[in-house]
Amino acid sequence: MSTHQGDIYDRTGSRLNAFRAWIDARFPLTKMFNEHAGEYYAPKNFNFWYYFGSLALLVLVLQIVTGIFLTMNYKPSANDAFASVEYIMRDVDWGWLIRYMHSTGASMFFIVVYLHMFRGLMYGSYKYPRELLWIFGMFIYLCLMAEAFFGYLLPWGNMSYWGAQVITSLFGAIPYVGNALLEWIRGDYYISDVTLNRFFALHVVALPLALVFLVVAHILALHEVGSNNPDGIEIKKLKGADGHPVDGIQFHPFYTVKDLVGVVVFLMVFAGIIFFAPTMGGYFLEHANFDPADRLQTPEHIAPVWYFTPFYAILRAVPNKLMGVALMGLAVVSFFFLPWLDRGKVKSIRYRGWLYKFFLFEFAISFVALGFLGMQPATPAYTKAAQIFSVLYFAFFILMPWYTSADKTKPVPERVTYHAH
Amino acid sequence: MTAEAEQVDEGRRHFLLVATTVTGVVGAVATAVPFLASWRPSVRAQALGAPVEVDIGKLELGAMMKVEWRGQAIYIVHRTPEMVANLPANDARLRDPKSEESDQPAYAKNEIRSIKPEYLVLVGVCTHLGCAPLSRFQAADPELGADWPGGFYCPCHGSKFDLAGRVLKDVPAPLNLRVPPYRYLADTRIQIGADSGAA
Repeated sequence: MSTHQGDIYDRTGSRLNAFRAWIDARFPLTKMFNEHAGEYYAPKNFNFWYYFGSLALLVLVLQIVTGIFLTMNYKPSANDAFASVEYIMRDVDWGWLIRYMHSTGASMFFIVVYLHMFRGLMYGSYKYPRELLWIFGMFIYLCLMAEAFFGYLLPWGNMSYWGAQVITSLFGAIPYVGNALLEWIRGDYYISDVTLNRFFALHVVALPLALVFLVVAHILALHEVGSNNPDGIEIKKLKGADGHPVDGIQFHPFYTVKDLVGVVVFLMVFAGIIFFAPTMGGYFLEHANFDPADRLQTPEHIAPVWYFTPFYAILRAVPNKLMGVALMGLAVVSFFFLPWLDRGKVKSIRYRGWLYKFFLFEFAISFVALGFLGMQPATPAYTKAAQIFSVLYFAFFILMPWYTSADKTKPVPERVTYHAH
Repeated sequence: MTAEAEQVDEGRRHFLLVATTVTGVVGAVATAVPFLASWRPSVRAQALGAPVEVDIGKLELGAMMKVEWRGQAIYIVHRTPEMVANLPANDARLRDPKSEESDQPAYAKNEIRSIKPEYLVLVGVCTHLGCAPLSRFQAADPELGADWPGGFYCPCHGSKFDLAGRVLKDVPAPLNLRVPPYRYLADTRIQIGADSGAA
């Protein structure tokens, strides 16, 4: 595919190729395309689970585009914010669609990212040599959580307000500097117009920039080390006469076409939610948020949006403020250490023993159970359950060095498992 | 060019490298200060947080009123003599009965947590995660069980406080409800947000 300047006219005579050559002499367009798509060799045994990376990228683009259009009518002030969102919903042509795309997009972002992360856990995608790739991914996840949190204040509904009140209060748990830090974050003595304005700035400028930068770093790291696959085999170890991995196929056109199928199915689901269940019965847009913010009236039952509830359940399960905050933070940060906690010799769950399978299963169950419990009122029975599932959640990480090294693994084949269609 | 002129003075090069790096870092840190400081409450926010005056003369015995100071609800409770008399009985069930670790002005650091026993002034913000506790002054409230001493109940995460805003044991809130700085301007007029240092 490499183009040579000079002979381009003789070879093809095409004006388009000449134009490309003109660009390539000044900017590495073809070179970059080949490195990242046309001659990027990905394992040929990708399965269903490999849709979610490209879908996450799609949702990022959707969120940026819809977000830009929302800012054109949204007003980040305590007096106008709630009304400006209602204005978008009722009076702006197609405003409801753009807003529902953005609010639904937030939940879809977390769905595809959680599935993407679970894929990493199943196939050991965080293990050598992909530690940094995993860490970039985890920073993307942190950014995403911050982005979701800041964005949730913007409609200035009552749940926005009290959600922000609760989450910023977490910093107040830090000994000595807590209260000063709290005032610094809020820029006032309470969640006020000042707080809303700065959250807006972070939500629409600072964090999207950081996100895009991290996504680029994530993809560059991926293309440097090469993709993992459901067998956890390094395809670069076995190269053909042409110097390319025998178990690899070009990302473009093979996986761009495959991902397009995923995009079509995803957009069908996405459109279905937007048109028929944009609030998802209170799970994507909480009912209490249809009341404007009232700083003297806490909603009856405060719960974050579903994607935060597993961590929220851990926070509530601990009857000590500082410990609760610390454990909630640890629940997120633990993921960063997976590459070093996992002592297993094989990557993929296909060749691991029953120990890893058991712990991954109990982890997935606890994550979902905590997610459910985080939405419920904190009754004693639910609190007890949340405590049990928190222990199970952390057991996955804490016991990992033991069960991954004690596990009885199966031999990993030389070539990927693959059936031609 | 002489051989001497081509000689690299490593010591000088090292010194210059360190000196310019240190100067650059100091400059960068100094530049960061205004940006970070711009996040503090502005002069306007501070002005809006000025003290407020409240007339508590019309507050009935056993009732509570809410006023706003710095965007927070301030709870003022007119406690009955029985409410005050029952406070010491709660001590064994409290996390910080003497308010040793909690946040209050010196003149409210007592068992009744107030200047005058009958008027309780609290910041209505749960010390757990900032929700607004509800008033449940009736002892043995049907919702809260027979051993409920009467006080405040936070609906968010179930923290409980007695009628002096003192936190009960085994709830998520770590400390007693805060007491704001306040003072009596007259018998039934108080100013919240300012004090004269001592009661």
